[in-house]
Amino acid sequence: MAIFLTKDSKVIVQGMTGATGMKHTKLMLADGTNIVGGVNPRKAGTTVDFDGAEVPVFGSVAEAMEKTGADVSVLFVPPAFAKAAVVEAIDAEIPLAVVITEGIAVHDSAAFWAYAGSKGNKTRIIGPNCPGLITPGQSNAGIIPGDITKPGRIGLVSKSGTLTYQMMYELRDIGFSSAVGIGGDPIIGTTHIDALAAFEADPETDLIVMIGEIGGDAEERAADFIAKNVTKPVVGYVAGFTAPEGKTMGHAGAIVSGSSGTAQAKKEALEAAGVKVGKTPTETAKLAREILGA
Amino acid sequence: MDLFEYQARDLFAKHGVPVLAGEVIDTPEAAREATERLGGKSVVKAQVKVGGRGKAGGVKLAATPDEAVARATDILGMDIKGHTVHKVMIAETAPEILEEYYVSYLLDRTNRTFLAMASVQGGMDIEEVAEKTPEALAKVPVDSNTGVTIEKAREIVAQAKFPAEVAEKVAEVMVTLWETFVAEDALLVEVNPLAKVASGDVLALDGKVSLDENADFRQPGHEALEDKDAANPLEAAAKAKNLNYVKLDGEVGIIGNGAGLVMSTLDVVAYAGENHGNVKPANFLDIGGGASAEVMANGLEIILGDPDVKSVFVNVFGGITACDEVANGIVQALALLKSKGEEVTKPLVVRLDGNNAELGRRILSDANHPLVQRVDTMDGAADKAAELAAAAK
Repeated sequence: MAIFLTKDSKVIVQGMTGATGMKHTKLMLADGTNIVGGVNPRKAGTTVDFDGAEVPVFGSVAEAMEKTGADVSVLFVPPAFAKAAVVEAIDAEIPLAVVITEGIAVHDSAAFWAYAGSKGNKTRIIGPNCPGLITPGQSNAGIIPGDITKPGRIGLVSKSGTLTYQMMYELRDIGFSSAVGIGGDPIIGTTHIDALAAFEADPETDLIVMIGEIGGDAEERAADFIAKNVTKPVVGYVAGFTAPEGKTMGHAGAIVSGSSGTAQAKKEALEAAGVKVGKTPTETAKLAREILGA
Repeated sequence: MDLFEYQARDLFAKHGVPVLAGEVIDTPEAAREATERLGGKSVVKAQVKVGGRGKAGGVKLAATPDEAVARATDILGMDIKGHTVHKVMIAETAPEILEEYYVSYLLDRTNRTFLAMASVQGGMDIEEVAEKTPEALAKVPVDSNTGVTIEKAREIVAQAKFPAEVAEKVAEVMVTLWETFVAEDALLVEVNPLAKVASGDVLALDGKVSLDENADFRQPGHEALEDKDAANPLEAAAKAKNLNYVKLDGEVGIIGNGAGLVMSTLDVVAYAGENHGNVKPANFLDIGGGASAEVMANGLEIILGDPDVKSVFVNVFGGITACDEVANGIVQALALLKSKGEEVTKPLVVRLDGNNAELGRRILSDANHPLVQRVDTMDGAADKAAELAAAAK
């Protein structure tokens, strides 16, 4: 069953005709994703050939949805134009918008997040600055490599792209129901908690791996949510124990400010909620393996 | 990016937040003319990005231009909590202060919105106010799409229980401060203290501003606000090459792809170091998805140029990028450095996993570079890099 994305998802790509959009649309198609269109007002009415697959280009998200029944949009729109693109997706009420774009200004993310709320949150936003999500064997909406792992019974939610890949690789023999990269920006749409709730409700997920990193208090709040609402086993990993205060570590949101946002505090909160937390990615994978007896 | 007080003052002035006159100088002699321009007396304020300047002796009154020169001589070069004073602001002396307030806007990550904060107990550390008397600090969410109108500002001011005689003036400051926050793409704008002076006016006497670097594309003026003097030379060199680098204080140089994986690599190296003379990571360096030979060479050049580095750990997980490309990148990078006359003398431990890992590993084995060792697991490679660094210490 998976979460948020299945083989029935009809995916459009905003920013498909740019270099990054082209590259990843091709890869998503190769992973079996049902890509029904791209959006670019200047190229509306044309089609793009991806190794024999003709993908039509539409003038707007609304038009693409009307003509194809699309229910997922993946955005590769450059930072300066990303806010307008997300607002367009929200106005069209597409159920899921996956914002891959890195480097969006916080005032823009805050604006489209507030806008989504004012429109009743009909569009689930994943990202920005995220690798997207994959339901192995069914569909891939974003830039997660499709061939690392196979379908299975682990659900994964992570702030980091490469740590997602690392974990999927470590546990590739067991496989994943879905893996969701929620992104490392200070303001993101879908949170650890949203993904945890969805995995808890997904009958095809037996165990959840949650990857966090320094900055903010999302992991602490997730720990609280797990203690109250999650019955499935959860294994956790937190990156950034050695990060110094006041320095941004790659992701815009990955910064320890004073005593808040430290990896130690996050680890302790997760452990207090009964989550087994690994010291390294490999040890985390081992903990998952032990629980599943695999 | 955090700004100096004088830069915050300038931005406040630009957007209509009431401030006192002031200018920044970096030589004692310049304090004379600056003070003369202010009518013969001034406040000499150390410009450092750390709190507690007053207590440290970094803020002094000068009753004459000569005194301003003397005070600037004392303060320039002073060390305040590890920050050397390179600049002082010569500011207009404040009229008699009757009360001190606190106002700010900031990003509220938890609630994914902006937050207005205001208190009539300003002038001190606001974290202390928040802790000891949380009821004295009003926190009001601000919707980014509707912003702060005068009505919204009045609501904030009412919640913070400002005295009636200043309420409207503070509300006006809340509006102009919001304009500063939005127009400058700030993550934080803070005025502390916002002073009520004898004339009945309110004035922003000190402030903090932090800017969002992701917005640089539409903020052409922000580049000039960067404090190039203070940047670590390795960080400055990395930035010039568009590398995402942070200098740390250990001995194991780190290169990896992806912010999360690199952060994790630092941790794994620090754990491994516990068994090897407590060596620690020397830096954070994320070369991103592509990891071309050129980017790899740039990264290696920065890291090998750090005299603290005793060994290097290259930790790459091939996602979309294939490991054979990364391996070729490493081999070419070493050749490139050699051709530039920069002989590599420090040992490199390389871990490649993921897409085309076997192919990549074979390329490294075939190249057989005397300083490059392959270890195929992340934990094992971290251990080896720590061991080599400890041996060279």
